[in-house]
Amino acid sequence: MSNPLPGISQSTRAPLLQAVGIGKSYGSFPANDSIDLDLYAGEIHALLGENGAGKSTLVKMIYGLIQPTEGELRFEGRTMVLSGPADARSRGIAMVFQHFSLFDNLTVAENVALGLDGSETFAAMSSRLAQVSRDYGLPLDPRREVWRLSVGERQRIEIVRALMQNPKLLILDEPTAVLTPQEADQLFVVLERLRSEGRAILYISHKLDEVKRLCDTATILRAGRKVSTCNPRAETAASMARMMVGADIGEVKAGAGRATTVQRLSINNLSMTPDDPHGVHLKNVTIEVKGGEILGIAGVAGNGQDELFAALSGERLAPHAANIIIDGHAAGHLSVTERRRLGAAFVPEERLGHGTAPRMKLSENALLTGHAASHMVHRGFVDRPATLASVDKTTQTFDVRKDKRDPEAASLSGGNLQKFIVGREILREPGVLIVSQPTWGVDAGAAAVIRQALLDLSGRGSAVLVISQDLDELTEIADRIAVMFHGALSPPVAAAQANRETLGLLMGGASPEKATPETMTQTAAQEGSHAVGA
Amino acid sequence: MQLVLEKRTERSVLIAVASPLVAIVLTLVTMSILVAILGKNPITALNVYFIEPLTDPYTLGEIIVKATPLVMIAIGLSLCYLANVWNIGAEGQFIMGAVCGSYLAVVTNGTDAGPWVLPAMLVMGTLGGIIWALIPALCRVRFGANEILTSLMLVYVADLVMDYLVRGPWRDPKGMNFPTTASFDPVATIPTLFDGSRVHAGSIIALIVVILATVMLGRTIKGFEIRVVGAAPRAARFAGFRSDRLVLFTFAISGGLAGLAGIIEVAGPVGVLQPGISPGYGFTAIIVAFLGRLNPVGILIAGLFLALTFIGGEGAQISMKIPLDLTKVFQGILLFYVLACDSMILHRIRLIATPKKAVQGTVDGTA
Amino acid sequence: MGLLEAIILSVIAASTPLLLAAAGELVVERSGVLNLGVEGMMIMGAACGFAGAYLTGSTFIGALCGIAAGAALSVVFAVLTLGLAVNQVAAGLALTILGVGLSGLIGAGFVGQRIVPAPHLFIPVLTDLPLVGHILFGQDGFVYFSIVLVVAIAWFMYRTRAGLILRAIGDNHTSAHALGYPVLKIRWLAVLFGGGCAGLGGAYLPLAYTPFFIPGMTAGRGWIALALVVFSSWRPGRLVAGAYLFGAVSILQLHAQALGLGIPSQLMTSLPYLATVIVLVLISRTRGAAGSVAPASLGTVFVPDR
Repeated sequence: MSNPLPGISQSTRAPLLQAVGIGKSYGSFPANDSIDLDLYAGEIHALLGENGAGKSTLVKMIYGLIQPTEGELRFEGRTMVLSGPADARSRGIAMVFQHFSLFDNLTVAENVALGLDGSETFAAMSSRLAQVSRDYGLPLDPRREVWRLSVGERQRIEIVRALMQNPKLLILDEPTAVLTPQEADQLFVVLERLRSEGRAILYISHKLDEVKRLCDTATILRAGRKVSTCNPRAETAASMARMMVGADIGEVKAGAGRATTVQRLSINNLSMTPDDPHGVHLKNVTIEVKGGEILGIAGVAGNGQDELFAALSGERLAPHAANIIIDGHAAGHLSVTERRRLGAAFVPEERLGHGTAPRMKLSENALLTGHAASHMVHRGFVDRPATLASVDKTTQTFDVRKDKRDPEAASLSGGNLQKFIVGREILREPGVLIVSQPTWGVDAGAAAVIRQALLDLSGRGSAVLVISQDLDELTEIADRIAVMFHGALSPPVAAAQANRETLGLLMGGASPEKATPETMTQTAAQEGSHAVGA
Repeated sequence: MQLVLEKRTERSVLIAVASPLVAIVLTLVTMSILVAILGKNPITALNVYFIEPLTDPYTLGEIIVKATPLVMIAIGLSLCYLANVWNIGAEGQFIMGAVCGSYLAVVTNGTDAGPWVLPAMLVMGTLGGIIWALIPALCRVRFGANEILTSLMLVYVADLVMDYLVRGPWRDPKGMNFPTTASFDPVATIPTLFDGSRVHAGSIIALIVVILATVMLGRTIKGFEIRVVGAAPRAARFAGFRSDRLVLFTFAISGGLAGLAGIIEVAGPVGVLQPGISPGYGFTAIIVAFLGRLNPVGILIAGLFLALTFIGGEGAQISMKIPLDLTKVFQGILLFYVLACDSMILHRIRLIATPKKAVQGTVDGTA
Repeated sequence: MGLLEAIILSVIAASTPLLLAAAGELVVERSGVLNLGVEGMMIMGAACGFAGAYLTGSTFIGALCGIAAGAALSVVFAVLTLGLAVNQVAAGLALTILGVGLSGLIGAGFVGQRIVPAPHLFIPVLTDLPLVGHILFGQDGFVYFSIVLVVAIAWFMYRTRAGLILRAIGDNHTSAHALGYPVLKIRWLAVLFGGGCAGLGGAYLPLAYTPFFIPGMTAGRGWIALALVVFSSWRPGRLVAGAYLFGAVSILQLHAQALGLGIPSQLMTSLPYLATVIVLVLISRTRGAAGSVAPASLGTVFVPDR
């Protein structure tokens, strides 16, 4: 394919996009503080930073979603004041959102049409959609409704929609967070092709290996300010991490004496139909977790992890009592509260609205799970001092930072709230802990605290089951890893022997016997909708 | 420049306290304008509406009489609304409570039945309200039918049930064909508390309800359950609270309280069962619940205030010829302002600059 | 004119206000907003519509007054729910309470007055056709308008880009905002449209159905219109079927009462309300397996980040 943007080549070293001292304040709080950024055509520019560092705020300004309160943006040498995303799109700026901006109950074609300016007929748009998706090897069925599609396919819609605008600048927000390693590889092929076509790509990530491999330049943000712009290939992952975090991150260590002894949690042939018609069927899930062990469940989002968590926590009851055994008790028919009284504890993925009631105080959120097993309720009456004491203890033990003793859950930062939720459960010394995405969207410091706490808990003889999309996290803390795909769970492999590629193939739906690198192409061909060659 | 709404990171305690007061002041201002448009003197009207009823012991008593059903119904509704359960059919539950309780009064009428009649009537009335409220609750829990619409539809049905009874089987044979039952016997009547006033023992029941609700909401795990289910349903499920059971529970409590209020009203101040026993208590109680910020003590105050508007409205109709509908308008506007002011607890309004379109892409950068 | 023809004509007349109000509410709910104040907007439309027609002698101006009154009241709702992010259920209730009160105030002076009801179409030959003549070619303007309105809404929602945007906002307002669509502005327009439709549906009652105004004459029709939207699964075609079904129930009970079957009249009068409950139960129950078909963001508050 010829260069669609004649006149722009890498030799023209005037920046395509320039941010000059750009900033955004909410009240007195600066989410971005005089940030400078030069972005050139034909480069992939990484925007690195921890959660809350201000990456999203910056790209939202570049995409016209929010207005800067200081500084200015220049695009192709001219000052640019955007009236909204449509304005940005008309100038050639496209964006692929992390939490997709898709409409579940509309078709793929309708979703794409909504992302374009509507200057062509629906039929013309549909045929162009077919052409672009064929050109870039991103196959899509335009008549399917979005809720029927996998996460990878949904991202494909976003990317095709962006490409159909023929953008000069493409912004991608954490695009690989929801992909298998193989799907990520496919994405990189597309991105490299876009670079060679002379487009600029702003690539938001916190995965440093990926950035080193793909990106030409990296700008690092910390606490709303720019720390540095560097060449990621000249840096080490550790040096970039130091710039992101502002300090060295300690390695987590497994405690001593982690003997795997008794079987504390077992799931036996668990099959379930979802309540939600958009949900995933669980198929014959079988696994056991011993005391002193951390079992990881990997998988791309939307493959039944939520359904499995709900079945384990008791938010949905299993078909048979014996489907779930907690410390020797058949628990499949027990309620959440009864399971907690058996010594189980649960940490859901969603912090606000699931793990906590956002607009309630921390003491009330301590009561949320504590009422079952702790001594916070006497004859139906709530012991308020006891709930407050529990908050204080969690705060101390897990270093939860907050500006008053008992604030609303929603006022805490993601990392601090997650430390509170994990701490709330761990301080009850559960025999079985089931935790979903323990460090999703959490800063590095908090993530280290949480992972260490999980390791320590298992070191004290508890069984810990971690559901995570983050393979690095699982290989760091888990003893064994199983992979979830389309509601079925693979047999676990020892984490020490698990390699990324094998796990990635399992995440993409390869059967365990075939999950070896040699069969990769073959699998890709069979599972056309999940691992597609470019 | 444009006005925009922004979320606050933490609820504003100051505004939470001030909000009902600000709402009342705004309502009074709006009402004064409306009264002026009707060609009356707003100052006189405000005096007749809000001051005069407070200066006379009889009307003070009437305020308490009117506030009694409002407070009882609103307490029940507040539990529903806190749990995000939308019972708006309290008017029907009130009527069915009155009907079921009146059954005993009608069948024992003129007999020498003992003092058991009144307590039994109160129990029957409560049960009547509970059963009527459980219909929409069960329709929602079992079939997923929207409780807002079903509970409201049953108001019309309850009204027609009462209409049928007082025009048919229960009509007072000596009543000159008026649609009404015979006057209740003394054993079927709630005693008044003071001579020369209609204030009755039912008001004491309302006060007890306020105290019990305060304790339940503030101190017990059940109260916590109600608040969590309403505020964060998924977190409530995670906590092990069953929302379908809570729908039944809150509907039963609010229906029971409305039914109890209904039978107290007919066995107390009204003394017979007849159409028009309620000037829309079941709907006005919705306003009371919100004006009281879904808090039992707040509801007590709000109930007294709205009772004052009923009494003041009657006074204004007599002395100033202001239509009685103005009271309903007043109540509607008040609810409007209450909701608007409450929003300021969680949000703030800010003035922001809109991007200047003129600059867009026309000024050359210096790069 | 035979009895059957008379019944069909009266069914159409009883269905039209429901259809007008429900069609507007369908658009509102498709944009993701639940306006429970239909009853209040209808009764305001009835009061103002009658006042306008009585004072000017023109049914058409009366209808415009009804539309304006419904739309004006819906502004109150939009300010609360879209401007101030108030809970939509509570705001809808406030609207109904306010509308019932205001309509009493406005209509008080007109109670007991009569106007000339809206003229019916008469085309020589066609209207004289046996059986179908009056039904197809002898209705008043409101009836034809209600059908045109539903067809136009269906065309708008499924054949135009603006309709696609409306459905998208109802499905996921966060995504729509991220793509740069003015969620609140479009919802404002939808709410105003719904208010106008409800006002017109209310105005139909004193302008065409009965040529006089009485307070509370909507008698729960606004709530039934809300139930109809649920019944229709938010699809315009099924809305017509539902409205005519409910119209039939309310007319049949009148005819049954006239026959004097010895059934208490109150039971017959309560039939439309009981039918609403039963239909809601049946619809919700059959849908239980297929999942909800309501617009996904229906009734949820949206406050954009800035």
